[in-house]
Amino acid sequence: MNPLTYEKATSSADALERHDGDAAKFLGAGTNLVDLMREGIATPTRLIDVTGLAQGIEEQSDGGLRIGAGVSNTAVADDTTIRAEYPALSRAILAGASAQIRNMATVGGNILQRTRCSYFYDVAGSRCNKRTPGEGCDAIGGFNRAHGILGVSDSCIATHPSDMSVALSLYDAVINVEGDQGTRSIPINDFYVLPGDTPDIENQLNPGELIVSVDLPAPSANRRATYRKVRDRASYAFALVSVAGSLIIEDGLVVDAGISLGGVAPKPWRATEAEAAIVGSPPIEETFRNAAQIALADATTQPGNVFKTELAQRVIVAVLQDLAGDAQ
Amino acid sequence: MTIEINNQPYDLPDDARISLLDFMRERLELFGSKKGCNQGACGACTVLVDGERILSCLALAAQYDGRSVTTIEGVANGDELHPLQALFVENEGMQCGYCTPGQIMSGIALKSELERGAPSNVSADLTVAPRMSRDEIKERLSGNLCRCGAHNGIIDAVAAYVGGEEQ
Ligand SMILES: Cc1cc2nc3c(=O)[nH]c(=O)nc-3n(C[C@H](O)[C@H](O)[C@H](O)COP(=O)(O)OP(=O)(O)OC[C@H]3O[C@@H](n4cnc5c(N)ncnc54)[C@H](O)[C@@H]3O)c2cc1C
Ligand code: SF4
Ligand code: FES
Ligand code: FES
Repeated sequence: MNPLTYEKATSSADALERHDGDAAKFLGAGTNLVDLMREGIATPTRLIDVTGLAQGIEEQSDGGLRIGAGVSNTAVADDTTIRAEYPALSRAILAGASAQIRNMATVGGNILQRTRCSYFYDVAGSRCNKRTPGEGCDAIGGFNRAHGILGVSDSCIATHPSDMSVALSLYDAVINVEGDQGTRSIPINDFYVLPGDTPDIENQLNPGELIVSVDLPAPSANRRATYRKVRDRASYAFALVSVAGSLIIEDGLVVDAGISLGGVAPKPWRATEAEAAIVGSPPIEETFRNAAQIALADATTQPGNVFKTELAQRVIVAVLQDLAGDAQ
Repeated sequence: MTIEINNQPYDLPDDARISLLDFMRERLELFGSKKGCNQGACGACTVLVDGERILSCLALAAQYDGRSVTTIEGVANGDELHPLQALFVENEGMQCGYCTPGQIMSGIALKSELERGAPSNVSADLTVAPRMSRDEIKERLSGNLCRCGAHNGIIDAVAAYVGGEEQ
């Protein structure tokens, strides 16, 4: 790790002022950044600790919730309102990492954690367009069991590893950021950008912009939601495929459906066409199968991850059937 | 900048790169917390900060200014073992012992997490406090690996420590 300075920001304005260029980086708990610095993938010389800012979870006048960027993953998952009104968010966080890491990790850092593509991590031995633009991608043609099948490009097939963000996508969360140009609010479903031929650009944040909070819209009555993660072992592993799903059923018909996929794309993948195909239909297996096919219609696979197309469809169907069963 | 470790105050290192784990092991000669992977994957470096378990290998020491850390060296009462230490002996919760300090720190934190009603990935109903079960303990200990495969003894020890109904 290169030599660096550490300082603790006292307010968001203070954090922005201290962030004086590319050599500076905001620090959450460091569970991803410290690792990336040790590997020489991130090389900041000035760390600005922002964990002390924005610590609360507050109810908003519109019935929604505002979660501070510095709140720990555990505090979000444990929150009684979130457990009751946004259960897929609690479940997604609890399905990720370990209790120790969730105690440390912050909401802001979780959203901005980088891919776990092993070639991205292998600085000495592998080519990676995300790390070194234009170099090539050793995952294409390599071991790509963990890689993406939707929204990927010829330059990069990495997935975004966050479980939490998949649930935030289901709930149409909005990310509030502050920067030198002022504040803005970015829906999470627009926040991450697809790799195209610039996989080093992963989201809409400008250099030096700070995530200050995340807003959850008011919960909808009668909406049932959950999160299911499939991985190579029962716990403490990143997703092969995960699904955050929701349904509202009235008089035997689905009036609202939500599907967001993790482990398959460079961002939480909202399957909006599949959702639309469910609305107005009865909550039966045939409806869900049809939707699952639509969700995966554009999948482009590699030899190592070809299984994900079928797996993702099955998990979508299973999640929606569970939710439909619960509603009866 | 000071940090309290097992009720003793220490000055934090000037070099901001030093992890809490390296600070404890290499500067303070507190060798109880182990370095298994140094990347968050094994749990051997688990310590408590203000009562909550964290991984000291991914923590920069400087971030813990003013906080209170408990390590395996701080859990016994003189020559009297901590109850969970005694249960590890009784239940043969170890072979080589390398993962044991982390397992014990995790087990201690796990009990208070269950007591405050924190849910886990295997809790069936998020709206009520989780019911103690072997599956709950397994899930909650999944961040602590044991290369020797002493897991059954470890789970027995922690189950006896948290008490409640066995399933
Ligand atoms: C062994 C292991 C297993 C894991 N398993 C999972 C898993 O199964 N599922 C999962 O979802 N995650 C998993 N994780 C990842 C973990 O969730 C992330 O490391 C964590 O959420 C990052 O949060 P942090 O606060 O530590 O961020 P940091 O590491 O401090 O920061 C991450 C990035 O965010 C930036 N940043 C932080 N806060 C802000 C802010 N407020 N504004 C702007 N920029 C900011 C930093 O500059 C940095 O670039 C795992 C991690 C490990 C080590
Ligand atoms: S998939 Fe993306 S992150 Fe992985 S090696 Fe290729 S370019 Fe790099
Ligand atoms: S040494 Fe910290 S988790 Fe392995
Ligand atoms: S007892 Fe040897 S690693 Fe657990």
